[in-house]
Amino acid sequence: MCGIVGLFLKTPTHREELGRLTADMIHEVRDRGRDSAGVATFGGGNDGTTRITVLAAGPPPDWNATAKALEAVLASEVSVRPLHDHAVFETIGDGRVARQWLIDNMVDIEVLSYGSQIELYKSVGDPDLLATRYGLASRTGTHAVAHTRMATESAVTANGSHPFSTGSDTCLVHNGSLSNHNQLRLQLEQRGESFQTLNDSEVAAGYVSWRLGSGDSLEQALKRALTDLDGFYTFAIGTVDGFAILRDPISCKPAVVAETGDWVAMSSEYRAIARLPGVADAEVWEPEPARVYTWSLAA
Amino acid sequence: MSTAIDLAEVPLRQLNQVLHNAESGGFDVLNPRGAHAVACGIATDVTVEVAGSVGYYCAGMHQVGTVVVNGNSGPGLAENIMSGTVRTTGSASMSAAATGCGGLVVIEGDAGARCGISMKGVDIVVGGSIGHMGAFMAQAGNLVVLGDAGADLGDSIYEAVLYVRGEVESLGTDCVEKEMRPEHLAAVEHLLEAADMAASPGDFRRYGSARQMYSFHVDDIDTELAEGHGGTR
Repeated sequence: MCGIVGLFLKTPTHREELGRLTADMIHEVRDRGRDSAGVATFGGGNDGTTRITVLAAGPPPDWNATAKALEAVLASEVSVRPLHDHAVFETIGDGRVARQWLIDNMVDIEVLSYGSQIELYKSVGDPDLLATRYGLASRTGTHAVAHTRMATESAVTANGSHPFSTGSDTCLVHNGSLSNHNQLRLQLEQRGESFQTLNDSEVAAGYVSWRLGSGDSLEQALKRALTDLDGFYTFAIGTVDGFAILRDPISCKPAVVAETGDWVAMSSEYRAIARLPGVADAEVWEPEPARVYTWSLAA
Repeated sequence: MSTAIDLAEVPLRQLNQVLHNAESGGFDVLNPRGAHAVACGIATDVTVEVAGSVGYYCAGMHQVGTVVVNGNSGPGLAENIMSGTVRTTGSASMSAAATGCGGLVVIEGDAGARCGISMKGVDIVVGGSIGHMGAFMAQAGNLVVLGDAGADLGDSIYEAVLYVRGEVESLGTDCVEKEMRPEHLAAVEHLLEAADMAASPGDFRRYGSARQMYSFHVDDIDTELAEGHGGTR
């Protein structure tokens, strides 16, 4: 099953409440998947710093030592902010280089995301615990995507939870299952993408990052995804300044969208949207099959 | 006079139990906030008005009585309805009135994918448009669409009758357009009246089964009966 939510705040009105609103949305779809959950928030990074969110697969390593090692690799100062089994490294160095170095050299660390705006947290267990443990309610920002998982395609582990992110400030949540992800993973690896799980949805995230990195707009990338991805999917995607929704041509997996002047919200179920401020005046609709929906803060 | 039940205070199961225990009367359901299974399994002649949008399977297994959702409905509205009336003033998500055996389902807005999938006698009237694969494997009943129909309308249809006023993106396998004869104009008029919708029956086109996909082909019926495995048709 799985539950997905996305909240994109077009105006500053509710940006101080991003985390709280997202936590409330996650709560409403936790019945769709209680084995694990994850959330990515975007915003607040206007100082040129790259944030790299990582997850310790086992007991947390010496984060300060890891930061020191990263400093040597990036030739740039790195600070670290531990949070339970996660840590956020902050640097003005190259996030892509940092990600690859961590993947290649730190076997007990999963790199969840990197970028100027994104922070990403995921864990096994009740989705409400995720929100509490990582202080989601107090987070501010422009947009968020989150997922409650009922695993079908890979093991129930924190790193198998969504959102998946392989490229800078880009992440994806998925309800469904892809059928050509193994082949696509190989093709993307040949093109320089790197993956940390055997999960089908990580491949979709890698695909989007690859297309964006190749110069596609978000809309172009997702139009091409309709041809290249085979399977069932409802995706919600966050980028540095954008938000998108895509459903496969059959659209078995549910999705509902609501939009006001201040925000766009999407979820697997309307009840996740039903308590948002101003929802009574929102335009509510179901995204059409095989149609790309995008929103941008830049527009 | 109707009884108000506030879902902000009363658990869903309690609401449905109250509705199941009632012999008659009217009920107003407040603050549904997208809840699932609201007013499911109604088996007496009650009238339920829901003030807001509901989630999955509202008025599922509806046996008799009336449910009106003043808002949108999620997937599976009035699934397996047997008789009575279910109305949503907004739009309905996928699989509205799926497998319905009788009664009337009115969707004033749009209906999503697979509206009337496997319908078995229910009448469905949609004020707006319907998504793809409407009336998939429909067996009996009527589907009236005042707007457009998405791709593959009536795929693998048996004997249901589909009336569409607007454009049909494409017809599914074994679904064909058929002539609107006087009895069909009368049927549409009757259904529109029952749904309280204004439209001219003459603006509708009729679609139904080409009867080429039956497991037991109609031309073979005498042979099958003679061989003793035809059964009743």
